[in-house]
Amino acid sequence: MTIRISPDDFDLSTEVAALRAGQPEVGAVVAFIGTVRDLNDGAAVAEMALEHYPGMTEKSIQAIVDQACARWALLGTRVVHRIGALLPQEQIVLVAVAAAHRGEAFAACEFIMDYLKTEAPFWKKEQTPAGARWVDARSTDDHALQKWQNLAADTGTRP
Amino acid sequence: MNIQLRFFASVREALGVSQQSLSVPDSVTTIGALRAFLSQRGGLWAEALAAHRSLRTAYNQTMCDADTRLTEGCEVAFFPPVTGG
Repeated sequence: MTIRISPDDFDLSTEVAALRAGQPEVGAVVAFIGTVRDLNDGAAVAEMALEHYPGMTEKSIQAIVDQACARWALLGTRVVHRIGALLPQEQIVLVAVAAAHRGEAFAACEFIMDYLKTEAPFWKKEQTPAGARWVDARSTDDHALQKWQNLAADTGTRP
Repeated sequence: MNIQLRFFASVREALGVSQQSLSVPDSVTTIGALRAFLSQRGGLWAEALAAHRSLRTAYNQTMCDADTRLTEGCEVAFFPPVTGG
């Protein structure tokens, strides 16, 4: 279980290789990468700055990963999130999950990403032609979370 | 009681402060009461911490609600809904 918060870029192949290293029981790896878009809410985005809450960030992501591990049989997870100034097309976040089979890997990757979006203390500020603005939280992110909570209620599994 | 305050993102910018040590009166026992107490400073504070604003709070670096009780030396943070990922 690796969690890394850093201004530095990451390489998918390197991260996945580290995730799989020495684990012949891994049969599935799912990785999600979030990137900076050049357009958001109708405005061109020239640059994005990511702020976070050192200490709480790592703690909250660890709690999310722990929940995923309690819910699915996972063989490893890797979360990398960048901070600082980022340009359009740059990578922001990586969530990679290893498991024996794809079902767990797909589900856990989406679960970790959905929770990270609403619980990990990061904030984006965009530079647009009209000036700098803080990105508003999206209601669709809350809906994504609701899905897992409803699922937990239906099946009795831990949310 | 002495506590540590932290502010992030738009709240930090609005207040012009990122952290602050504070001695709170005995009557202020919860996060919600602390928010109201800080709002009473008026001006930027009343504006940034106004009850209608949808702010998130953390107690010792864990998300919390208004009923969470303050403890000696605790760290309390105020920030807008998160937008990472």
